[in-house]
Amino acid sequence: MKLAILHELNAERAARRPVILVTDTESGEQRLVKAEDFSKDPLRAELDKQLRMGKSASVEAGGKKLFLNVYAPTAKLVIVGAVHISQALAPLARSLSYDVTVVDPRTAFASPERFPDIPLVAEWPDTALPPLNVDAYTAFVAVTHDPKIDDPALLHAFERNCFYIGALGSRKTHAKRGDRLRAQGAKEADIARIHAPIGLAIGAVSPSEIAVSIMAEITAVLRLPPKEKEEAA
Amino acid sequence: MLDRDEDILKAAEDWQKAGRGVALATVVETWGSAPRPAGSSLVINDEGTFLGSVSGGCVEGAVVTEAMDVIQSGKPRMLEFGVADETAWNVGLSCGGTIRVFVEKVG
Repeated sequence: MKLAILHELNAERAARRPVILVTDTESGEQRLVKAEDFSKDPLRAELDKQLRMGKSASVEAGGKKLFLNVYAPTAKLVIVGAVHISQALAPLARSLSYDVTVVDPRTAFASPERFPDIPLVAEWPDTALPPLNVDAYTAFVAVTHDPKIDDPALLHAFERNCFYIGALGSRKTHAKRGDRLRAQGAKEADIARIHAPIGLAIGAVSPSEIAVSIMAEITAVLRLPPKEKEEAA
Repeated sequence: MLDRDEDILKAAEDWQKAGRGVALATVVETWGSAPRPAGSSLVINDEGTFLGSVSGGCVEGAVVTEAMDVIQSGKPRMLEFGVADETAWNVGLSCGGTIRVFVEKVG
Protein backbone atom coordinates (compact mmCIF):
# COMPACT_ATOMS: atom_id res chain seq x y z
CA MET A 1 0.00 0.00 0.00
CA LYS A 2 1.38 3.37 -0.98
CA LEU A 3 2.02 5.67 1.96
CA ALA A 4 -0.15 8.40 0.42
CA ILE A 5 -3.14 6.00 0.31
CA LEU A 6 -2.53 4.80 3.86
CA HIS A 7 -2.29 8.39 5.05
CA GLU A 8 -5.53 9.37 3.34
CA LEU A 9 -7.27 6.23 4.63
CA ASN A 10 -6.27 7.04 8.21
CA ALA A 11 -7.39 10.66 7.79
CA GLU A 12 -10.81 9.62 6.45
CA ARG A 13 -11.26 7.13 9.26
CA ALA A 14 -10.32 9.70 11.88
CA ALA A 15 -12.91 12.06 10.37
CA ARG A 16 -15.57 9.29 10.54
CA ARG A 17 -16.09 9.29 6.76
CA PRO A 18 -16.72 5.92 5.11
CA VAL A 19 -14.27 4.73 2.45
CA ILE A 20 -13.59 1.55 0.51
CA LEU A 21 -10.09 0.47 -0.45
CA VAL A 22 -10.15 -1.38 -3.78
CA THR A 23 -7.20 -3.73 -4.31
CA ASP A 24 -6.39 -5.69 -7.46
CA THR A 25 -5.09 -8.76 -5.68
CA GLU A 26 -3.06 -9.91 -8.69
CA SER A 27 -1.20 -6.70 -9.54
CA GLY A 28 -1.36 -5.15 -6.06
CA GLU A 29 -2.74 -1.94 -7.59
CA GLN A 30 -4.96 0.05 -5.22
CA ARG A 31 -7.31 2.99 -5.04
CA LEU A 32 -9.34 4.57 -2.28
CA VAL A 33 -12.96 5.46 -3.03
CA LYS A 34 -14.81 7.92 -0.81
CA ALA A 35 -18.52 7.35 -0.30
CA GLU A 36 -19.31 10.69 -1.96
CA ASP A 37 -17.63 9.41 -5.15
CA PHE A 38 -19.43 6.05 -5.30
CA SER A 39 -22.08 7.29 -7.73
CA LYS A 40 -19.53 7.99 -10.49
CA ASP A 41 -17.53 4.81 -9.94
CA PRO A 42 -17.73 1.87 -12.37
CA LEU A 43 -18.09 -0.42 -9.32
CA ARG A 44 -20.86 1.68 -7.75
CA ALA A 45 -23.36 -1.18 -7.31
CA GLU A 46 -20.79 -3.34 -5.49
CA LEU A 47 -19.44 -0.42 -3.46
CA ASP A 48 -22.94 0.63 -2.36
CA LYS A 49 -23.85 -2.88 -1.36
CA GLN A 50 -20.69 -3.62 0.62
CA LEU A 51 -20.79 -0.30 2.46
CA ARG A 52 -24.45 -0.78 3.35
CA MET A 53 -23.65 -4.23 4.75
CA GLY A 54 -20.48 -2.93 6.41
CA LYS A 55 -18.72 -5.97 4.96
CA SER A 56 -15.47 -6.38 3.05
CA ALA A 57 -15.52 -8.83 0.13
CA SER A 58 -13.72 -10.11 -2.96
CA VAL A 59 -15.45 -9.48 -6.29
CA GLU A 60 -14.65 -10.03 -9.96
CA ALA A 61 -15.04 -7.13 -12.35
CA GLY A 62 -13.71 -6.57 -15.85
CA GLY A 63 -11.68 -9.78 -15.65
CA LYS A 64 -9.94 -8.56 -12.50
CA LYS A 65 -10.03 -10.00 -9.02
CA LEU A 66 -10.69 -7.14 -6.67
CA PHE A 67 -10.88 -6.95 -2.91
CA LEU A 68 -13.17 -4.29 -1.51
CA ASN A 69 -12.09 -3.43 2.02
CA VAL A 70 -14.82 -1.44 3.75
CA TYR A 71 -13.93 1.13 6.38
CA ALA A 72 -17.18 2.33 7.92
CA PRO A 73 -17.24 4.39 11.09
CA THR A 74 -18.70 2.86 14.25
CA ALA A 75 -22.35 3.84 14.37
CA LYS A 76 -23.46 5.99 17.26
CA LEU A 77 -26.82 6.12 18.98
CA VAL A 78 -27.80 9.29 20.79
CA ILE A 79 -30.82 8.83 23.06
CA VAL A 80 -32.44 12.04 24.24
CA GLY A 81 -34.46 11.11 27.29
CA ALA A 82 -33.26 8.95 30.17
CA VAL A 83 -36.68 7.31 30.42
CA HIS A 84 -37.76 3.73 31.04
CA ILE A 85 -37.56 2.79 27.35
CA SER A 86 -34.00 4.13 27.24
CA GLN A 87 -32.98 1.81 30.07
CA ALA A 88 -33.80 -1.10 27.76
CA LEU A 89 -32.68 0.62 24.54
CA ALA A 90 -29.17 1.61 25.65
CA PRO A 91 -27.87 -1.87 26.51
CA LEU A 92 -29.62 -3.40 23.48
CA ALA A 93 -27.97 -0.87 21.14
CA ARG A 94 -24.64 -1.51 22.76
CA SER A 95 -24.97 -5.24 22.15
CA LEU A 96 -25.42 -4.32 18.47
CA SER A 97 -22.07 -2.46 18.62
CA TYR A 98 -23.37 1.10 18.72
CA ASP A 99 -21.57 3.75 20.75
CA VAL A 100 -24.41 4.88 22.99
CA THR A 101 -24.90 8.19 24.82
CA VAL A 102 -27.94 9.21 26.83
CA VAL A 103 -28.81 12.89 27.18
CA ASP A 104 -31.35 14.27 29.67
CA PRO A 105 -31.14 17.51 31.67
CA ARG A 106 -33.31 15.99 34.41
CA THR A 107 -30.76 14.57 36.81
CA ALA A 108 -33.35 12.39 38.52
CA PHE A 109 -33.69 10.53 35.20
CA ALA A 110 -30.08 10.67 33.99
CA SER A 111 -28.60 8.88 36.97
CA PRO A 112 -25.85 6.24 36.89
CA GLU A 113 -28.04 3.97 39.04
CA ARG A 114 -30.58 3.83 36.22
CA PHE A 115 -27.92 3.57 33.48
CA PRO A 116 -24.96 1.58 34.76
CA ASP A 117 -21.95 1.84 32.39
CA ILE A 118 -23.73 4.04 29.84
CA PRO A 119 -22.28 7.51 29.12
CA LEU A 120 -24.77 10.07 30.45
CA VAL A 121 -24.91 13.80 29.82
CA ALA A 122 -27.23 15.55 32.29
CA GLU A 123 -27.45 18.81 30.33
CA TRP A 124 -29.93 20.54 28.04
CA PRO A 125 -29.57 19.53 24.37
CA ASP A 126 -28.02 22.91 23.42
CA THR A 127 -25.09 22.18 25.74
CA ALA A 128 -25.02 18.40 25.59
CA LEU A 129 -25.25 17.73 21.86
CA PRO A 130 -22.52 19.81 20.12
CA PRO A 131 -19.60 17.97 21.81
CA LEU A 132 -21.06 14.58 20.82
CA ASN A 133 -20.20 15.15 17.15
CA VAL A 134 -23.53 13.85 15.92
CA ASP A 135 -23.04 12.91 12.24
CA ALA A 136 -24.34 10.86 9.31
CA TYR A 137 -23.30 7.66 11.12
CA THR A 138 -25.48 8.53 14.07
CA ALA A 139 -28.95 7.25 14.86
CA PHE A 140 -30.84 9.79 16.92
CA VAL A 141 -33.90 9.17 19.06
CA ALA A 142 -35.89 11.65 21.11
CA VAL A 143 -38.04 9.96 23.73
CA THR A 144 -38.62 12.42 26.58
CA HIS A 145 -42.20 13.35 25.54
CA ASP A 146 -41.21 16.88 26.61
CA PRO A 147 -41.10 19.39 23.73
CA LYS A 148 -38.69 21.62 25.67
CA ILE A 149 -36.12 18.83 25.44
CA ASP A 150 -37.10 16.87 22.31
CA ASP A 151 -37.62 19.81 19.93
CA PRO A 152 -34.18 21.45 20.15
CA ALA A 153 -32.62 17.98 20.03
CA LEU A 154 -34.46 17.15 16.80
CA LEU A 155 -33.41 20.45 15.22
CA HIS A 156 -29.81 19.51 15.98
CA ALA A 157 -30.29 16.06 14.43
CA PHE A 158 -31.64 17.63 11.20
CA GLU A 159 -28.58 19.86 10.92
CA ARG A 160 -26.21 16.92 11.38
CA ASN A 161 -27.87 14.71 8.78
CA CYS A 162 -28.31 11.67 11.05
CA PHE A 163 -29.02 8.45 9.15
CA TYR A 164 -31.98 7.77 11.42
CA ILE A 165 -34.13 10.15 13.42
CA GLY A 166 -36.97 8.81 15.54
CA ALA A 167 -39.30 10.43 18.05
CA LEU A 168 -41.71 8.95 20.54
CA GLY A 169 -45.37 9.87 20.36
CA SER A 170 -48.64 9.05 18.67
CA ARG A 171 -49.61 10.41 15.25
CA LYS A 172 -51.53 13.19 16.97
CA THR A 173 -48.56 14.13 19.17
CA HIS A 174 -46.33 14.00 16.12
CA ALA A 175 -48.58 16.32 14.11
CA LYS A 176 -48.32 18.90 16.88
CA ARG A 177 -44.58 18.40 16.99
CA GLY A 178 -44.42 19.04 13.24
CA ASP A 179 -46.22 22.35 13.72
CA ARG A 180 -43.84 23.42 16.47
CA LEU A 181 -40.72 22.47 14.51
CA ARG A 182 -42.02 24.26 11.42
CA ALA A 183 -42.55 27.37 13.51
CA GLN A 184 -38.89 27.12 14.53
CA GLY A 185 -37.76 27.03 10.91
CA ALA A 186 -37.52 23.28 10.21
CA LYS A 187 -37.98 22.29 6.56
CA GLU A 188 -40.81 20.01 5.46
CA ALA A 189 -38.23 17.47 4.25
CA ASP A 190 -36.60 17.41 7.70
CA ILE A 191 -39.89 16.80 9.47
CA ALA A 192 -40.68 14.03 6.99
CA ARG A 193 -37.44 12.31 8.00
CA ILE A 194 -38.65 11.71 11.57
CA HIS A 195 -39.77 8.15 12.20
CA ALA A 196 -42.89 8.63 14.29
CA PRO A 197 -44.51 6.75 15.84
CA ILE A 198 -41.03 5.39 16.53
CA GLY A 199 -40.05 1.77 15.78
CA LEU A 200 -41.33 -0.98 13.51
CA ALA A 201 -44.97 -1.94 14.06
CA ILE A 202 -44.50 -5.25 15.90
CA GLY A 203 -47.13 -4.68 18.56
CA ALA A 204 -44.51 -3.78 21.16
CA VAL A 205 -45.94 -3.17 24.64
CA SER A 206 -43.19 -3.25 27.27
CA PRO A 207 -40.20 -0.88 27.28
CA SER A 208 -37.95 -3.77 26.20
CA GLU A 209 -40.22 -4.63 23.29
CA ILE A 210 -40.33 -0.99 22.22
CA ALA A 211 -36.52 -0.99 22.36
CA VAL A 212 -36.49 -4.02 20.04
CA SER A 213 -38.85 -2.30 17.60
CA ILE A 214 -36.66 0.84 17.59
CA MET A 215 -33.44 -1.09 16.99
CA ALA A 216 -35.15 -3.17 14.28
CA GLU A 217 -36.16 0.03 12.51
CA ILE A 218 -32.68 1.54 12.86
CA THR A 219 -31.15 -1.67 11.50
CA ALA A 220 -33.51 -1.63 8.51
CA VAL A 221 -32.60 1.98 7.71
CA LEU A 222 -28.91 1.20 8.03
CA ARG A 223 -28.83 -2.03 6.05
CA LEU A 224 -31.66 -2.21 3.52
CA PRO A 225 -31.42 -0.72 0.04
CA PRO A 226 -33.72 2.33 -0.35
CA LYS A 227 -36.58 0.49 -2.06
CA GLU A 228 -36.91 -2.36 0.42
CA LYS A 229 -36.55 0.18 3.20
CA GLU A 230 -39.77 1.85 2.08
CA GLU A 231 -41.55 -1.48 2.09
CA ALA A 232 -40.39 -2.31 5.62
CA ALA A 233 -41.51 1.06 6.98
CA MET B 1 -19.93 -1.36 13.70
CA LEU B 2 -16.51 -1.67 12.14
CA ASP B 3 -14.16 0.02 14.49
CA ARG B 4 -11.58 -2.67 13.80
CA ASP B 5 -8.04 -2.05 12.62
CA GLU B 6 -7.97 1.34 14.31
CA ASP B 7 -4.51 0.93 15.79
CA ILE B 8 -3.29 -1.41 13.09
CA LEU B 9 -3.41 1.09 10.23
CA LYS B 10 -2.16 3.86 12.48
CA ALA B 11 0.76 1.65 13.51
CA ALA B 12 1.47 0.87 9.85
CA GLU B 13 1.75 4.58 9.11
CA ASP B 14 3.76 5.36 12.24
CA TRP B 15 6.23 2.51 11.72
CA GLN B 16 6.73 3.39 8.08
CA LYS B 17 7.35 7.04 8.92
CA ALA B 18 9.85 5.97 11.58
CA GLY B 19 11.84 4.30 8.80
CA ARG B 20 10.86 0.68 9.42
CA GLY B 21 10.07 -1.81 6.68
CA VAL B 22 6.35 -2.57 7.02
CA ALA B 23 3.92 -5.08 5.52
CA LEU B 24 0.19 -5.38 5.83
CA ALA B 25 -1.61 -8.75 5.69
CA THR B 26 -5.37 -8.73 5.06
CA VAL B 27 -7.93 -11.54 4.94
CA VAL B 28 -9.55 -11.18 1.51
CA GLU B 29 -11.61 -14.36 1.27
CA THR B 30 -12.93 -17.01 3.61
CA TRP B 31 -14.66 -20.35 3.12
CA GLY B 32 -16.32 -22.48 5.75
CA SER B 33 -15.96 -21.46 9.36
CA ALA B 34 -13.06 -19.05 9.22
CA PRO B 35 -11.99 -17.54 12.53
CA ARG B 36 -11.87 -13.92 11.32
CA PRO B 37 -13.87 -12.21 8.56
CA ALA B 38 -12.63 -10.63 5.33
CA GLY B 39 -11.00 -7.29 6.06
CA SER B 40 -9.25 -8.46 9.24
CA SER B 41 -5.64 -7.44 9.13
CA LEU B 42 -2.23 -7.75 10.65
CA VAL B 43 0.64 -5.29 10.39
CA ILE B 44 4.24 -6.49 10.61
CA ASN B 45 7.53 -4.58 10.73
CA ASP B 46 11.02 -5.69 9.76
CA GLU B 47 11.87 -6.40 13.40
CA GLY B 48 9.14 -9.05 13.47
CA THR B 49 6.83 -6.98 15.68
CA PHE B 50 3.19 -7.38 14.70
CA LEU B 51 -0.25 -6.10 15.66
CA GLY B 52 -3.71 -7.43 14.84
CA SER B 53 -4.67 -10.87 13.58
CA VAL B 54 -5.89 -12.70 10.53
CA SER B 55 -6.91 -15.97 12.14
CA GLY B 56 -6.98 -15.60 15.89
CA GLY B 57 -3.59 -17.24 16.24
CA CYS B 58 -3.61 -20.28 13.93
CA VAL B 59 -1.51 -19.00 11.03
CA GLU B 60 0.04 -15.74 12.23
CA GLY B 61 3.52 -17.28 12.46
CA ALA B 62 3.50 -18.26 8.80
CA VAL B 63 2.09 -14.89 7.74
CA VAL B 64 4.84 -13.02 9.59
CA THR B 65 7.51 -15.13 7.87
CA GLU B 66 6.02 -14.45 4.43
CA ALA B 67 5.63 -10.77 5.28
CA MET B 68 9.38 -10.53 5.90
CA ASP B 69 9.95 -11.66 2.30
CA VAL B 70 7.39 -9.17 1.02
CA ILE B 71 9.12 -6.31 2.88
CA GLN B 72 12.37 -7.38 1.16
CA SER B 73 11.01 -7.90 -2.35
CA GLY B 74 8.27 -5.25 -2.36
CA LYS B 75 6.06 -7.68 -4.32
CA PRO B 76 2.63 -8.49 -2.93
CA ARG B 77 1.61 -12.13 -2.59
CA MET B 78 -1.49 -14.16 -1.85
CA LEU B 79 -1.37 -16.85 0.82
CA GLU B 80 -3.91 -19.57 1.32
CA PHE B 81 -4.44 -21.50 4.53
CA GLY B 82 -6.82 -24.35 5.12
CA VAL B 83 -7.10 -27.80 6.57
CA ALA B 84 -6.13 -30.77 4.44
CA ASP B 85 -8.39 -33.01 6.47
CA GLU B 86 -11.76 -33.36 4.71
CA THR B 87 -13.34 -34.83 7.84
CA ALA B 88 -12.56 -31.75 9.86
CA TRP B 89 -14.35 -29.67 7.21
CA ASN B 90 -17.40 -31.90 7.20
CA VAL B 91 -17.97 -31.90 10.91
CA GLY B 92 -17.54 -28.14 10.92
CA LEU B 93 -14.75 -27.81 13.45
CA SER B 94 -14.12 -24.22 14.40
CA CYS B 95 -10.87 -24.17 12.48
CA GLY B 96 -12.22 -26.18 9.54
CA GLY B 97 -12.30 -23.23 7.15
CA THR B 98 -9.98 -21.82 4.52
CA ILE B 99 -8.71 -18.27 4.30
CA ARG B 100 -6.81 -16.28 1.69
CA VAL B 101 -4.53 -13.58 2.96
CA PHE B 102 -3.13 -10.77 0.80
CA VAL B 103 0.28 -9.55 1.95
CA GLU B 104 1.60 -6.22 0.67
CA LYS B 105 4.42 -3.86 1.50
CA VAL B 106 3.53 -0.45 2.96
CA GLY B 107 5.26 2.54 1.38
